[in-house]
Amino acid sequence: MNKISLIIKREYLTRVKKKSFLIMSIVGPMLFALMIILPTWFASMDDTSEKKIAVIDAVGKYDKKIENTEYLRFEWLEQGKKDDFSKEYKEQGYAAYVIIEKDLLEYPDAVAIYSDIQVTADVKGHVSRSLKRYLETEKLNSYQISGLDGIIKEIHDVKVNVKTIKLSDDGTEKESSTEITMIGAIIFALMVYMFVIMYGTQVMRGVMEEKTNRIVEVIISSVKPFQLMMGKIIGIAMVALTQFLIWVVLSFGVAFLISSIFLGGEMPESNQIQMAQSINAEMDQTQTSEFADSLAKVFEKIDLVTVVSSLFAFIYLFIGGYLLYASLFAAIGSAVDSETDSQQFVLPVMMPLILSMYVVMGVFQNPGSDLAFWFSMIPFTSPVVMMARIPFQPPVWEIVLSMVILTGTFIFTTWVAGRIYRTGILMYGKKVSYSELWKWFKYSGK
Amino acid sequence: MIFLEAKQVVKQFAAHLALDHVDIQVPEGSIYGLLGPNGAGKTTLIRIINQITGPDSGEILLNGKALKPEDVQRIGYLPEERGLYKKMKVGEQAVYLARLKGLSRNDAIKKLKYWFEKFEIQAWWDKKVEELSKGMQQKIQFVVTVLHDPQLLIFDEPFSGFDPINANILKQEILAQKEKGATILFSTHNMGSVEELCDHITLINKSKTILTGEVDDIRQKYKDNLIKLDYMGETDILSRHLESDYTIQSIEPDHRLNTAMIQMPEGGSVNKMINQLVDHVEIHGLQEVLPTMNDIFIKVVEQSNLTKSVIKES
Repeated sequence: MNKISLIIKREYLTRVKKKSFLIMSIVGPMLFALMIILPTWFASMDDTSEKKIAVIDAVGKYDKKIENTEYLRFEWLEQGKKDDFSKEYKEQGYAAYVIIEKDLLEYPDAVAIYSDIQVTADVKGHVSRSLKRYLETEKLNSYQISGLDGIIKEIHDVKVNVKTIKLSDDGTEKESSTEITMIGAIIFALMVYMFVIMYGTQVMRGVMEEKTNRIVEVIISSVKPFQLMMGKIIGIAMVALTQFLIWVVLSFGVAFLISSIFLGGEMPESNQIQMAQSINAEMDQTQTSEFADSLAKVFEKIDLVTVVSSLFAFIYLFIGGYLLYASLFAAIGSAVDSETDSQQFVLPVMMPLILSMYVVMGVFQNPGSDLAFWFSMIPFTSPVVMMARIPFQPPVWEIVLSMVILTGTFIFTTWVAGRIYRTGILMYGKKVSYSELWKWFKYSGK
Repeated sequence: MIFLEAKQVVKQFAAHLALDHVDIQVPEGSIYGLLGPNGAGKTTLIRIINQITGPDSGEILLNGKALKPEDVQRIGYLPEERGLYKKMKVGEQAVYLARLKGLSRNDAIKKLKYWFEKFEIQAWWDKKVEELSKGMQQKIQFVVTVLHDPQLLIFDEPFSGFDPINANILKQEILAQKEKGATILFSTHNMGSVEELCDHITLINKSKTILTGEVDDIRQKYKDNLIKLDYMGETDILSRHLESDYTIQSIEPDHRLNTAMIQMPEGGSVNKMINQLVDHVEIHGLQEVLPTMNDIFIKVVEQSNLTKSVIKES
């Protein structure tokens, strides 16, 4: 037991001391923090300056029929200015101009927006919506039904605003955000996927390193091959968990830092001012407060209990999935002599992992579907697929069953891998096939 | 006193029988050579003794008791396929390997200091292994093998890949370990080193023991009654005075001295030969020629292959 801890320690320390580990530890959470913050920032930043858009109405029916918005102001020009307007509109301070040439009821495509920059979908949508609504009213009016004005007004006032409310067991309600749940799910699923591949292949490379360096026989004259394999797998798992914890802590740290700057949380005075100043230099006051508002909404909707239980599920599913795949990768590493030889074995092992990412996409559509259920039970896909389902809070028995199956499977694969490993690490210069692996497996026993 | 004993060890790999009822008995404090052509089963036997693999049947006794897992700490093993972690620092790595053999950290460092000073390689402690030459790495590997003062040392092809200087250092160190009381088992193709170092040998060919015993006995047993004689006189003087059943194989003339190789007949002796010559020839030197281990190796292996193929054909 003492020896396996020595191996774990070596595997752990040599990796944690590497520069690449340090870089990943710092860059990772920054990326995650950015993933949370950037979309809200962008949303609050887009087109806050007011734009003027000229409208040239050749028909004369559409005066003031396009409503102004917060950021868009439409000005109706006299009809004659059309010909050379493409040269003038900028000088007159317009960002773009709209020309309506014919009666739109008869010629629906007789309207166009001109600008030297690509007109955003927002602007286009707004113009077409406004005109459409006006035309609908127009059309209805043409039937000359009495009292129509009132009806039209009522129709326009009809509004639907679907909220998603998550019910907890004790009946309390909390407004949730489907979008945030989905983002959480995909981040967690991606993390499991990434971690399993990253650290699983590290196990493979580690085993191959020992084999090609020819140190393996020296070591297994001191410890059992299985101890060496497990020591490596556990050591690298601890590296992964360390990395993950650093990421969680730093991500929350960065998110907290930013939120406290914008939301006025408790922060050391000097730091806050300094940070706030540097950021304020780049944005004006209104932007800041809007950004803060939307950020506040994001934080409000994140349910702490869900986050914590997701973290636990993540750690369990990651470790389970990792052990399952790492043992297979260890077996591959022991069997081959070089990275190129490993390809034929790596691909079949990776397949279910890659497949599981595709399944995850389907899970978003319907987290309770049969597809989602079965793939979260199959142990080769369950770590990723179940992780994607967790934020949608599937029944507890499903989670437990999935974890039990996963546990049983990794014990089995570790046993299989151990038998291949002990023969494989001492085989040099042999072209390995699946039947060869099977022979090693059957044979090893003693 | 037998320190290590293998009894009727059998090991079968899929379709290939690697060891077929092999016995060896290694006396305590001796140097024991395990010889045989490539693929004979030497490495398999060594791996079984190191408990890297297990025998299908038969047993290994260490000091009269069946081998236990803890016994790995009493054994130092330098495999044929040997290497080090390239990215790890020399000192750190040596300490790690020593601790896997059960030394405490402090003991490991203390002993390593001694060996590093002895080989004058203290400066390497903080270097990465990949910065060292192959010869340097071999030194480290040797140090790590003997560091925990094992009672049994096993070297698999220790001289392969060594330059003559390092090979010589290794030889001296192996002898020094013997002086300290260690029992040493090594496999080799290097027959010169067998004559220099080994007290006993076992020759394995095609999974079977075909020759075993003390090196001196074996050489006596396989000698051809060949005498090397240095004398002064005419080249044909010998043939004139020697009895006809003493055949002269060759005479190499020199300015002053001739060297002749003389095959004595069955029942002949050196004394009888001298009596025939002493009045006629000025003898300067006379030596019985023992076969080299190399000759014996080739002879015995070829014989055994021959008998096997004869059996197969019949």
